[in-house]
Amino acid sequence: MNVSAAFDIVLCLLVLAVAGGAVLARDLFAGVALYIVFGLLLTVGWVRLEAVDVALVEAAIGAGLTSVILLGALPHSPAQSSFPLKIRPLALVSCLAVGAGLCWIVIGLAEPTSGLRPAVEAQLAHSGASNAVTAVLLNFRGYDTLLEVAVLLLALVGVWSSSRDDRWGGRPGPRQHVRPGGVLANFGRLIPPFGIVIGIYLVWVGTTAPGGAFQAATVLAAVWLLAMMAAITDPPRLASGALRWLVAAGPLLFILAGLFGLMEGAFLTYQPGTAKMMIVTVELALTVSIAATLALLVLGPARHGS
Amino acid sequence: MIADVASCLTVSFGLFFFLAGTVGLLRFPDVHSRLHALTKADNLGLGFIVIAAAFQAADVWTVFKLLAVWLFTVAAAATAAQLVARAALSACQTEEPNR
Repeated sequence: MNVSAAFDIVLCLLVLAVAGGAVLARDLFAGVALYIVFGLLLTVGWVRLEAVDVALVEAAIGAGLTSVILLGALPHSPAQSSFPLKIRPLALVSCLAVGAGLCWIVIGLAEPTSGLRPAVEAQLAHSGASNAVTAVLLNFRGYDTLLEVAVLLLALVGVWSSSRDDRWGGRPGPRQHVRPGGVLANFGRLIPPFGIVIGIYLVWVGTTAPGGAFQAATVLAAVWLLAMMAAITDPPRLASGALRWLVAAGPLLFILAGLFGLMEGAFLTYQPGTAKMMIVTVELALTVSIAATLALLVLGPARHGS
Repeated sequence: MIADVASCLTVSFGLFFFLAGTVGLLRFPDVHSRLHALTKADNLGLGFIVIAAAFQAADVWTVFKLLAVWLFTVAAAATAAQLVARAALSACQTEEPNR
């Protein structure tokens, strides 16, 4: 057995163990901590599968952003999870049946196929993006991405709706107490320039190499959150019209681009000549909107009156 | 060949410091000692692993990128350590359990 196979087996076992630990942990905080480790191990797994795009998203959104949201939700949850679990025979049997069925299907797959890869690569030249993942996400399967963005927007509307009536439209997030000239204030000044450059680089490089709107948006969201934590800028008022346009601009432009395609054929189709311009425009708008949405999801509902 | 040997050596150094940091995290009595073990030892360990990766790098730009990764991590870890330490300190002083 060679070294990389041994590494992969150890990685798989670790992922399974940490996943089990996260589900079974008595203490919710321990569960969240194990979930963060799970996300990082999964990222390594995606890198091993040479799916660097997915690895980037898993690290940024799965391990990073989701964990922050879960940690923020902890104080509002009961300290103990419902452990020891009550075994429900019917649920157990149906879970095992579904799991066995899935195993049977996966093992029974005829032979390792290359999936849709040849079809994607055949059309890649016309797609406007030389990174196959970006071509699939924004051209061939634009619907998926559009719906993902719509889900994010709906989630944000849901979070905002849980504001108390007298705080509606006010500023979200906790009040920050930062020592002027202290460590956090300096860190908050040092990092954003680098973060903004890295974010713009990620979205630009997304058309030709691993990267793209979601990865870049997470970096930019983190930069904005850091600037707010360091009290360099205040959280925005949620009633602000500019903020709402910022959040909606990406999905709106995506739909507009889709309608533009409708004039020349079908919804969300691009002509080969203009495809690159359309994809880059939509990616840029999506990046800004997703970045704002992710940061606002972390900040939560309005807490201070407007 | 020489580069591989150098990589192996520096990775081993790095792993030693990670191990030491982890043992410290598990064994030291209070927040500040644990924080000290974790951030100091891990930063050094990551530095050695970055050096090991630099021996395998294809060109000089990759070395610069690795160095940038290390510098950002050190800056973030140092800041986080300061903040956690201060939060723990004020929690001790006010005798309130710090969540």
